[in-house]
Amino acid sequence: MDTHDIIKPENLVYGKSKVLTDTVMHYCPGCTHGVVHKIIAEVIEEMDIQDRTIGVCPVGCAVFAYKYIDIDWQQAAHGRAPALATATKRLYPDKYVFTYQGDGDLASIGTAEIIHACNRGENIVVIFINNAIYGMTGGQMAPTTLLGMKTATTPYGRKAELNGYPLKITELVAQLEGTCYVTRQSAQNPASVRKAKKAIRKAFENTTQRKGTSFIEIVAACNSNWKMAPVKANKWMEENMFPFYPLGDLKDR
Amino acid sequence: MAFKGAVVVDTEKCKGCGVCIANCPTDTLALANKVNSKGYPYAMMANPDNCIGCANCAIVCPDSVITVYKVKI
Repeated sequence: MDTHDIIKPENLVYGKSKVLTDTVMHYCPGCTHGVVHKIIAEVIEEMDIQDRTIGVCPVGCAVFAYKYIDIDWQQAAHGRAPALATATKRLYPDKYVFTYQGDGDLASIGTAEIIHACNRGENIVVIFINNAIYGMTGGQMAPTTLLGMKTATTPYGRKAELNGYPLKITELVAQLEGTCYVTRQSAQNPASVRKAKKAIRKAFENTTQRKGTSFIEIVAACNSNWKMAPVKANKWMEENMFPFYPLGDLKDR
Repeated sequence: MAFKGAVVVDTEKCKGCGVCIANCPTDTLALANKVNSKGYPYAMMANPDNCIGCANCAIVCPDSVITVYKVKI
């Protein structure tokens, strides 16, 4: 059978989600943000909640997320996405509200907002992309940067005595009473993408049951600022990030 | 039961990251020798006969440029 005999609408098994727009993403080649945008769009499409979902964009590389996923969006100041999501969810309790934040946004400048939003148990979904570096601003050290990791501001590697220790914010919010589902996932191969998608779907379903905040960390690669090719960056992530940020559910109730 | 698949890559949107190639179990995909208008070498089916339509490439594609088709043979 020839290739052009297979390429017919009735044989379609996987295509781009209708919730994604046709805009070309501005992310670097191989960026994990694109994969996570795609799985969020797929979950929204599968749950048929496109007109009932409100996202909150961060400041960081994902600041233009509103251009790529065709739902209602809010744009928060740096780190303040959980505060804005709190207001949005309280004003529109029947909507699905989620924030999409990076590690510089959530774990550094927005630490107060995320901890208090999770402690209040707001019925929102928090999607936290942890690539252990500040991506958009040029690869500076983030709170989540691993010890010994070279960044623009730690050219000889992060040292504990000078820069402190990497922050496991996901373990921190798992301790809070307000969170109902806390998990750490990744998105570098088909199996992990499927698992991450399941976790996001579960988190969206939790918000309707008013169980509390669902927090999903996705360990991601930033190949440009790690100064690696995309495939090598994914491999480096598996070898160096996963031992410190182990994957799996931290809390599920 | 065997499957035969085919993928269509939106070559203008592909950024040539190669993540699909690393995750292809049957060695179907490769980067083209040509580049698109942005200067990226795009992914293409180098060995179309190998494709089983598993959609692994499309699942990991960060830019959602791959569409997968599959038939039973």
